[in-house]
Amino acid sequence: MVLGTYKEALSARSTDKQIQKIAQDGGIVSALLSFALDEKIIDGAVVAGPGKDMWKPEPQVALTSDELLAAAGTKYTFSPNVWMLKKAVRQYGLEKVGTVAIPCQTMGIRKMQSYPFGVRFVADKIALLLGIYCMENFPFASLQTFISEKMGVSPELVEKMDIGKGKFWIYTADDELSIPLKETHGYEQSGCKVCLDYVAELADLSTGSVGSPDGWSTVLTRTDAGESVFKLAVDAGLIETKPMADVKPGLGLLEKLAKDKKTKNQKTIDERIAMGLPVPYKASTEKEDPLANF
Amino acid sequence: MLARIKRFLGMEAKPKEDEKVPVEKKVPTEEKKVASEEEVEKVAEEKPKPRIGYIHLSGCTGDVMSLSENYDILAPLLTEMVDIVYGQTLVDRWDIPEMDIALIEGSVCLQDEHSLHELKEVREKAGLVVAFGSCAATGCFTRYSRGGQQAQPAHESFVPVADVVKVDLAIPGCPPSPEIIAKTVVAVINGDMDYLQPMMDLVGYTEACGCDLQLKVVNQALCIACGTCAMSCPTRAVSMTAGRPEVNSDRCVKCGVCYIQCPRSWWPMERIKKDTGL
Repeated sequence: MVLGTYKEALSARSTDKQIQKIAQDGGIVSALLSFALDEKIIDGAVVAGPGKDMWKPEPQVALTSDELLAAAGTKYTFSPNVWMLKKAVRQYGLEKVGTVAIPCQTMGIRKMQSYPFGVRFVADKIALLLGIYCMENFPFASLQTFISEKMGVSPELVEKMDIGKGKFWIYTADDELSIPLKETHGYEQSGCKVCLDYVAELADLSTGSVGSPDGWSTVLTRTDAGESVFKLAVDAGLIETKPMADVKPGLGLLEKLAKDKKTKNQKTIDERIAMGLPVPYKASTEKEDPLANF
Repeated sequence: MLARIKRFLGMEAKPKEDEKVPVEKKVPTEEKKVASEEEVEKVAEEKPKPRIGYIHLSGCTGDVMSLSENYDILAPLLTEMVDIVYGQTLVDRWDIPEMDIALIEGSVCLQDEHSLHELKEVREKAGLVVAFGSCAATGCFTRYSRGGQQAQPAHESFVPVADVVKVDLAIPGCPPSPEIIAKTVVAVINGDMDYLQPMMDLVGYTEACGCDLQLKVVNQALCIACGTCAMSCPTRAVSMTAGRPEVNSDRCVKCGVCYIQCPRSWWPMERIKKDTGL
């Protein structure tokens, strides 16, 4: 179960041309949050909105589709979205909050829901938790190194970034450049190296690029809440789907990458435990399934 | 009734798995006091309607107010599920009776003989002693007390109750959320040891500070920039700068919640699986 518990795996994309144009992949997060907002399933969403510097996101409470769409596209650096959840509930007075989170953020949110020691009346207001796949993340200065130093491009000119096919890509108005992922090694956030979750196993619904063709996303519906909003959006014609079996490279690749991440990071966990360093997870020798997320 | 309360709390338990997997207990602490699992189990088994006392030491009453904010379930909780047998602001009784659970709010002033006496007496008369709220659990902002004020200039030293008596469970928070209080009480009634395990482990976490985020998370290569710490801080002492928590120590009240809520301090995966069905 390297992909966690899920109900259904599908390849999907937004049917909205505008979303297709700005989305990282299939535009699933943008489409679902906009739909949930329109249908009043949520009354706002915490997203990684644009910040002062290009490609340096700021967590934001989006109350309109326009604000949601302004947050579309992957930024390969930190956006502490969980920070904003309390603000969404208190300052914005939201009753049903949607959010998008990478695996570690879903872990912070789920832990807070099960054990809300100090977080008063926030846990029950999380109405929709969309997870995105995440192999690793980078400090902003690492991104600057890749773009400005290694590729010699000003970040303002970059229109899209992507990691795929063993490379880190940037796209400008008239150019596409890449560096091999090998050159990004050593620049990752070190906290990522003990992470045992690739596909946001605790989200209501998870999505990401791996497994599906360009312009499409691989979707895993997990909870009733995630499944129901996805089905409603498909029925409303806002999302089109294909069976995973019909697309290439398919679920096998997703499983392989998830397994690779877990195997590598479990090894790091074992090494840390052997050194006597703290880590909130178990050694592989203590676990029935060394790839499980605990 | 229990079912209704569980539903309210989002605790609708999935069918229990047979194997008991202990929840992670990785709250690093120098002086971990041994928590008495048997005591909790005894309360759960012998007393379907536990007798609860509330003891108010050097606290602000905010913790018991937080308990009362369980509006929807408070009346049935108080009348059908527990007996409140003692407590200033709650019960008109002056002598301390025997009780199953003592919720102690506030730290203890070492210069105040009466507080010390009351605390020791409660320890003798209570099955379970709970450090209720951060003042009792970590000292919280009474850690900054240093005496020199009228009418008791000598009253300067305030410590978490675990420094003086054996504590069984800690529910930190300034205040603890209404939900965690209700969840804890329900778990005690059910003898749900898995759920209570972190509260037992947290008994040893008495020297809390916002700086723990730096020492125990960032310094240990564990921070992942999620922002959970900044969200949970009750005084907005924690903000995120370049993806790392930045603690304004002039605002930090040492409640410990930022570190406790961090997904990289301890990780209750089994419980989350039960709660989410994932």
